[in-house]
Amino acid sequence: MSETAIQPRTRDPVASKSAVWLVLFYRSTIGKKVIMALTGSIGIGFILLHVSLNLLAYGGPSAVNGADRFLKSTGGWLWLARAILLVAVLLHILVAYQLSRISLKSRPVNYQQWEPVGSNWASRTMRWTGVFLALFIALHILHLATGTLHPNFIQDDVYHNVVSTFRMWYVAALYIFSMCLLALHVYHGAWSMFQSLGYNHPKYAGWIRPVATLITVVIVLGFISIPVGVFTGAIH
Amino acid sequence: MKLTLHIWRQKDAKSPGRMVQYEATEVEPDMSFLEMLDGLNEKLIGQREEPVSFDSDCREGICGTCGMMINGIAHGPRRGTTVCQLHMRYFNDGDTLQLEPWRDKAFPVIKDLVVNRDSLDRIIQAGGFISARTGSAPEANSVQVPKTNADQAMDAAACIGCGACVAACPNGSASLFTAAKISHLALMPQGQPERSRRVINMVTTMDQEGFGNCTMHRECEAVCPKEISVRFIVELNREYLRANFKERETILPALL
Repeated sequence: MSETAIQPRTRDPVASKSAVWLVLFYRSTIGKKVIMALTGSIGIGFILLHVSLNLLAYGGPSAVNGADRFLKSTGGWLWLARAILLVAVLLHILVAYQLSRISLKSRPVNYQQWEPVGSNWASRTMRWTGVFLALFIALHILHLATGTLHPNFIQDDVYHNVVSTFRMWYVAALYIFSMCLLALHVYHGAWSMFQSLGYNHPKYAGWIRPVATLITVVIVLGFISIPVGVFTGAIH
Repeated sequence: MKLTLHIWRQKDAKSPGRMVQYEATEVEPDMSFLEMLDGLNEKLIGQREEPVSFDSDCREGICGTCGMMINGIAHGPRRGTTVCQLHMRYFNDGDTLQLEPWRDKAFPVIKDLVVNRDSLDRIIQAGGFISARTGSAPEANSVQVPKTNADQAMDAAACIGCGACVAACPNGSASLFTAAKISHLALMPQGQPERSRRVINMVTTMDQEGFGNCTMHRECEAVCPKEISVRFIVELNREYLRANFKERETILPALL
């Protein structure tokens, strides 16, 4: 037996190193911002898909309910998409909470006076719009997806569920208000996620602000047009 | 000119502080803000009162020693200006001004308007250096630097480390400071050997010091006396991702 016999390895050093790297990356504020950006971009992708499906309401019950049937016919894929969204939303909330705590702790004594000179309304309200949107999403799912909060819910008749609920002015008003807060959140988020991901292309980085603004306008006008359409009779 | 000043008075790091009202008289429009405070202090000394402590050194806007919040804005209302280069002609007779120190967990108040900014030094110590050849200086043109890189590195290197970015940030983040230092060296050929380790170590130190994260409010950019752009924070994020994803194998020994 040789003196220099190699000890059997109990664990793979490369794998454990990777784990260390990932933990350190997550622990850093920049790593957390990257997670915020990635999960946020999943959210924006979902919202863009959602708003384009909503616009099918102008095509009447057959278009909306047809799209609903198609989505449900995909079975496992729909659940996979829902799982990805759920994980993204939960991670987004968790990391936002952790980052907010770091920020709040970093200034134990507040200023007597502080004047904004560079930030905007959207950036300063991110935490509040975020908390509100989390509540809105929960209500929205209970309202129009499961029907728990819907007084007049008909399973699989999405068109009826949407149109009948937006005939109630206070539901429409709350919805429009929520979409305005969504617009604020997306206005800052869709822009700043590119900053967090280090996108600095000399030619195309200038497009981030206009594109983020365009996404915001498309989202908010698209969503709000549905209750407005119901109210004006364009959707009936 | 006469001014009413509300100044944060704090005896030492352990004592609680409070805002105290003073009247500044005989203020000339050509005085700098610090000269106005010097005048107030002479008056206070004459009255056998404790003068107001504030930091200053070069008084020509290049050293980064001075700095305070004036009416809630770091370095006062003028853009691209340190407090020492802010002149009283930008204020009106009878104005009321609130003077507060930089506020951050990583900037503990030493006295009145003076804060301890050692945390910024520790970020530099973690990686804000290059490995340089000893001996005689090399011929200046022996290392070629593209003009755009040289210009951007110069813009980043303009940072005087005053801490206004941290003070103005709603998150108390030192991202602009750290970003300026990292970008400056990452853009130069001399900064390449330590490039990946530098960004990992400086960001880790920045987080450990208790600074907040960057949410892109852009307050830092607006108050920076050297008008350093937040695009350097984008550069910092890119450097951090590059080190973590592309250079993971080379930085791992530094992490373990």
